[in-house]
Amino acid sequence: MATKNIAGVDVNVNEEGYLTDHSQWNREIGEAIAKEEGIELTGQHWKVLEFLQNEVKTNGALPTIRRLTKSGVVDTKTLYQLFPDGPMKKASKIAGLEKPASCV
Amino acid sequence: MADEKIKKVSIIVSRGSLEGVYPGLIMANGARMEGMEANLFFTFFGLYAVLDKYMDNIKIATVGNPAMRVPDAKGFPLPTLLGALPGMSAFATWMMNKTMDKLDIPPVREFIEMISAAGGKLYACKATVDMFGLTMNDFCPEVDKVLTVGEFYELSAGSQIIFT
Repeated sequence: MATKNIAGVDVNVNEEGYLTDHSQWNREIGEAIAKEEGIELTGQHWKVLEFLQNEVKTNGALPTIRRLTKSGVVDTKTLYQLFPDGPMKKASKIAGLEKPASCV
Repeated sequence: MADEKIKKVSIIVSRGSLEGVYPGLIMANGARMEGMEANLFFTFFGLYAVLDKYMDNIKIATVGNPAMRVPDAKGFPLPTLLGALPGMSAFATWMMNKTMDKLDIPPVREFIEMISAAGGKLYACKATVDMFGLTMNDFCPEVDKVLTVGEFYELSAGSQIIFT
């Protein structure tokens, strides 16, 4: 397993840069990963990220896009604007979660 | 060197059964989820997936489908003759819709709305539109345009083209 220094902290990451231990995550790390992905995080981004983290905490799995958009946190169009070029992949990476494994 | 990433896909939906329509929708939506450009082109009976009046009634084909099993995917093979019984297609569709909903695979209309909101583009085939005597008013609002084959190829420049 590789380690990477993000925002001054050594964290464990997989070959695609996803954190492998969520307990190492903090908001500064989230900000830094977002910057690497070319995203400046706003309050709206954080709402999505926090929803994903809560879902993983309570259900043990990332939600689908449909579940996320039905929650009222964000609509599909806005989600794609907030996280261009692969919203769930980028959002879960920034949130320090695993890579999404759902087809929908 | 790693193979070059796919950047753009054109997916042709040519069949109007539930199992004919969904693979194309899942692939188009999946392409957008991966950050690829996605164009969906509906032709022949595939057009029913975007016809406002009919898109909520897309059904599984229980006839001419030798892989069909009941009551579930690991059950007994369904003889073609029984597949033709009234209500069989509706029943199989109901069963599958229930399962798909659990997996968060949306119904056709919602799926089309989702793909469009995600930035996927939807087109109808001109030859079929003429053949079926349709106009833009017959389509759901997410359909962007009616295209000729030539226009389809033009906008597919640099795309992987997938026929379903």
